[in-house]
Amino acid sequence: MVAIRPAQASDLPAISALDARLTGVRKPRYWKDMLGPERDFLVAETDKGALAGFIAGEVRAWEFGQPAAGWVFAIQVDPKTRLKGVGSALFAALAVRFKAQGVTRVRTLVDRKDHLILSFFRAQGMVAGPSLQLDKELP
Amino acid sequence: MKLQTGTRLGLYATLELARDPDRTLSAADLAERFGVSTHHLAKVLRTLAGAGLVQGGRGAAGGYRFTGNRRRTTLMDIVALFEPAPGSRGKEPGEETEIGGALQRVLAEIDEIAEATLRSVSLETMLKHPM
Repeated sequence: MVAIRPAQASDLPAISALDARLTGVRKPRYWKDMLGPERDFLVAETDKGALAGFIAGEVRAWEFGQPAAGWVFAIQVDPKTRLKGVGSALFAALAVRFKAQGVTRVRTLVDRKDHLILSFFRAQGMVAGPSLQLDKELP
Repeated sequence: MKLQTGTRLGLYATLELARDPDRTLSAADLAERFGVSTHHLAKVLRTLAGAGLVQGGRGAAGGYRFTGNRRRTTLMDIVALFEPAPGSRGKEPGEETEIGGALQRVLAEIDEIAEATLRSVSLETMLKHPM
């Protein structure tokens, strides 16, 4: 079983290392910014105190014209602890924090070719939202 | 999205049987539930059995039960048994033209979104969170 708690500065090296291991990109500055007061940044810790995963998000209003909703920016789970409910526990804990801030919807953006993470969010009961993401390579 | 009747019956039958993997239902039971002929459903069940998703059935009265993995089987796995793979269409006349190429990119985008949706929904998710 894991314990979920707010992330703190001392967690950043382990968070950054786990993310770099899974994505191949180191972004310590990005994770440091996630400790900002308006952000919800949670970690899952094993009973031995090791990082099992983390989730980061924020309540934002009128982003892309939409009323306030909780946005999930990132979630990662150590592959060693996958399929044990760590991701679901992190998602549920973040949802509780979002609800406490008065929102009733949670949103995220997912790479449509990343079927693993898409399946994870679907398994949490998420369905396609009202927006479509569009983008363009700048000349 | 338009799916062939066989595909929809494949999805219905798999989900109905996966709802309770210990239960067996005959092709006739399932056909009555979905309002189709037993013959049509028996053909669909044979395809599902060939893929290891269901087992059983001897004639119209034989019972079928779900033998797949609810968490690992996605809607795409079932759709792929009955439909051509998304994006696997043959060359259409006019595709080589500028307009044809642009249209092809839009159609490929639609296929990619449909595939992502079908691949991301497992039977477990469908049965736990009926949308």
